[in-house]
Amino acid sequence: MTRYFDYAATTPTDPRVVEEMLPYYTEHFGNPNSLYTIGRDAYKALENARERIAEPLGAKPEEIIFTSGGTESDNAALVSTLWRLAPEGGAHIITSAYEHHAILEVVEWLGKHGHEISIVKPRKDGHVAADDIEAAMRPNTKVVSVIMANNEIGSINDIATIAQIAHEGGALMHTDAVQALGKIEIDVEALGIDMLSMSAHKIYGPRGIGALYLRRGTRFDPLIKGGGQESRRRSGTQNVVGAVGFAKALEIIVAEMDSEAARLSALRDFLIDEVTSRLENTLATVESDPRLPNIVPLLVKGVEGEAMLLQLDNLGFSVSTGSACSSGSLEASHVLLSIGVPQEIAHGSLRLSMGRWTTKEDCVELVDALIPIVERLREMSPVYKRMFCGEG
Amino acid sequence: MLYSDKVMEHFNNPRNVGILDEADGVGEVGNPTCGDMMKITIDVDDDTISDIKFQTLGCGAAIATSSMVTEMAKGMDIHDAVNITKKQVADELDGLPAPKMHCSVLATDGLKAAIDDYLVKQGREPIAGDIESNDPDFDPHEESDVELDE
Repeated sequence: MTRYFDYAATTPTDPRVVEEMLPYYTEHFGNPNSLYTIGRDAYKALENARERIAEPLGAKPEEIIFTSGGTESDNAALVSTLWRLAPEGGAHIITSAYEHHAILEVVEWLGKHGHEISIVKPRKDGHVAADDIEAAMRPNTKVVSVIMANNEIGSINDIATIAQIAHEGGALMHTDAVQALGKIEIDVEALGIDMLSMSAHKIYGPRGIGALYLRRGTRFDPLIKGGGQESRRRSGTQNVVGAVGFAKALEIIVAEMDSEAARLSALRDFLIDEVTSRLENTLATVESDPRLPNIVPLLVKGVEGEAMLLQLDNLGFSVSTGSACSSGSLEASHVLLSIGVPQEIAHGSLRLSMGRWTTKEDCVELVDALIPIVERLREMSPVYKRMFCGEG
Repeated sequence: MLYSDKVMEHFNNPRNVGILDEADGVGEVGNPTCGDMMKITIDVDDDTISDIKFQTLGCGAAIATSSMVTEMAKGMDIHDAVNITKKQVADELDGLPAPKMHCSVLATDGLKAAIDDYLVKQGREPIAGDIESNDPDFDPHEESDVELDE
């Protein structure tokens, strides 16, 4: 578990969460929709989990819909509401250029099916400017969807102001809070959010469970139809064991939020200082607050990210990169390009993301491992000195 | 997308890294915007590649294919070396993931460019023909549909 620097990708399930889940695999296995005792016990556990998830968000339990995860929540939030608001098309949707693909792909699809779309670029400092959202508003804008905290660079957006702009224009406000959940305080009332996407596996809960907060009264045509579970908003036998794990995971991360934020932001600053001072031609991708405490976005010039990732993996470090070559897609990270990082530098991106079991010692060891790797790769490059050191 | 053990082995222990001083032929291909650049230097005796070294900026596949092509070409007659195909390089590495096939184009093109450079310096006709990755319109990422078992 040490040397894992990819907590933004997924997290190990906390043993306290696993412990709480186990009885629901074997003993309390019932279908929560069954009327007999075992079913009723499962139902109680499910509803208890719903209350425990609603409470820290300032939501009502009936406003929480369990889903299979962040991607489904994002899909449902956009498609299910627009289906009701503008079944014939003709609505306008605003989102940002550095959303998760679970939003961007859906928005593009909606654009191909009769809706108008505006994709607002974040500013160079990593934040989506409320002014830019305001400028994009149209009379027929029905949904505004802006990520609460970006998964690659950690920037936290001013959702309260953006929601106010959306509401003044008569639009619903959705936010993808998959990375933000449990890292920063979220109050759906104070922020004015109508829909919010969540996932359990990013907060030391199990994979395969997430939720959508849907403000009461929001018209919604379910994406997944069938037996009418989740008050007819998401059919399919509920994942009770997942919901129990999700609730426990959220409870723990919220309780530990303040101390973890202080500890991890100190480690983040340490990593940025160490890497940028000890390695020439490196910088933090963004350093503008507010940003998540656990994400360390770096640009290492003159090195290709995948080569860095694989060599760090040889030494037992798991990291992520926005380089084209690390993905199947061969496109450099759309997040980095959206904030104006040039292609050739985006190829050298390194994202470290920390979590519950990251220690100072891990960070020291990572930097000590990274430096010779970068030096070796630059030594192997035909253009490094020419491009970045003003030689030749 | 998984690399074969052989790709990883060449990536972790690349052969023939560096630059030959006063090389007989130099080939440089790729561009930093797509993230891949390669330079091959060769020494040639009697039309045989007696020594070869490479420098590559790129991903695991770019480094592994560079390493492999230098290993294959060393000791070869330039007329044979110029015909090494991207498929042969990929096959020698026990295959490459489809989106990475373009990396083997870079490696074979680097070698071709070095051979032509050697011939031109000698006042002889180049033999490599068109070098795909030197075409300004060439998008290596469109190579991803290359079939390994053609």
